[in-house]
Amino acid sequence: MGLGNLKQLAPFIKEAFQHTLLVAKYLCGIHVTNTYLCTFALTQGPSMLPTFSLTGDLILAEKLSTRFEKMQQGDVVLVRSPENPRKIVVKRLMGMGGDTVKYAAGPGNNDKKDTIVVPDGHVWIEGDNKFNTNDSKKFGPVPYGLVQGRVFWIIWRILFTSMIVKQFIEDENLWAVLLLNFKWKDKMPELLIFG
Amino acid sequence: MGTVNFLWNLTKNYITLGLIGLTVSDRYASIVPVGGISMSPTFNPHDSSMRSLTRDFVVVEKLCLEKYKFSLGDVVVFSSPTNHKEKNMKRITALPGDLVSTPHYDAVVISEGHCWVEGDNQAWSLDSRSFGPVCYILLHIHLLMKRNLT
Repeated sequence: MGLGNLKQLAPFIKEAFQHTLLVAKYLCGIHVTNTYLCTFALTQGPSMLPTFSLTGDLILAEKLSTRFEKMQQGDVVLVRSPENPRKIVVKRLMGMGGDTVKYAAGPGNNDKKDTIVVPDGHVWIEGDNKFNTNDSKKFGPVPYGLVQGRVFWIIWRILFTSMIVKQFIEDENLWAVLLLNFKWKDKMPELLIFG
Repeated sequence: MGTVNFLWNLTKNYITLGLIGLTVSDRYASIVPVGGISMSPTFNPHDSSMRSLTRDFVVVEKLCLEKYKFSLGDVVVFSSPTNHKEKNMKRITALPGDLVSTPHYDAVVISEGHCWVEGDNQAWSLDSRSFGPVCYILLHIHLLMKRNLT
């Protein structure tokens, strides 16, 4: 009795399996491309003005340069933050291992420049906006293993990355603007409410 | 014509299997051999010249990399901070915020996003006592279980 049912379902099971295999193949292909070839990223924050805009840009970063160590001084790179492992930051590479880097100790104090020799296997990263950036001047040289990719293309300067939803709550005079801000890195929408 | 078709199908199958295998080993679990004796007697307890024959193989899981949640005592594999191509396997002995005393420095407070690793074989281990706290990100995988191959 059960065996007859199974025989009837066999072609459906086979088709379902083939479709699943196709989906799995595409997802694995996307993962391999993201990890080893190139990936999209959405920038955020003011630390790379004027290179990247304040509201965020869609950029394309390639991972082959980091694997084959073809980075140069002046490249804009994606680096995992040494302070928070789940955050990826975008900064400019200012020195590789063995280089001597001169950096301004305080942003307003352009005369006083400190010098540091970057240890082997580490890199020195700096943000373009020297007044508002959290970079190697704060957390020191970063191990090369944290460098994730090299940015080579700004695809789209996004003016507005959020959807504005107006909603009337209880009192008609009172309304709240719900800003749904999609954070590309965290892959989860963050809700900001302005009263 | 039939041979070309057959070869093409074979290539496609191999590429599919390769992609799936690579994704699984990157995201879920993989098997790595253990080299060196810095983790004796936990791994590689026999120090012999024919090390490649009696090497331990371990299963490592990568699901913990999503949230970067490691606990004290975990054995982890990480890229060495001095040379990102080398992979070392050590045990986490201190987490962020802890105070560690070392023979070279008086006391080291481990900053956020870093951890202190040490090998089980204290006399023969190049670990955080030499190169300081290790960034969390460099940690690749977390040990799951050990499988002997002797």
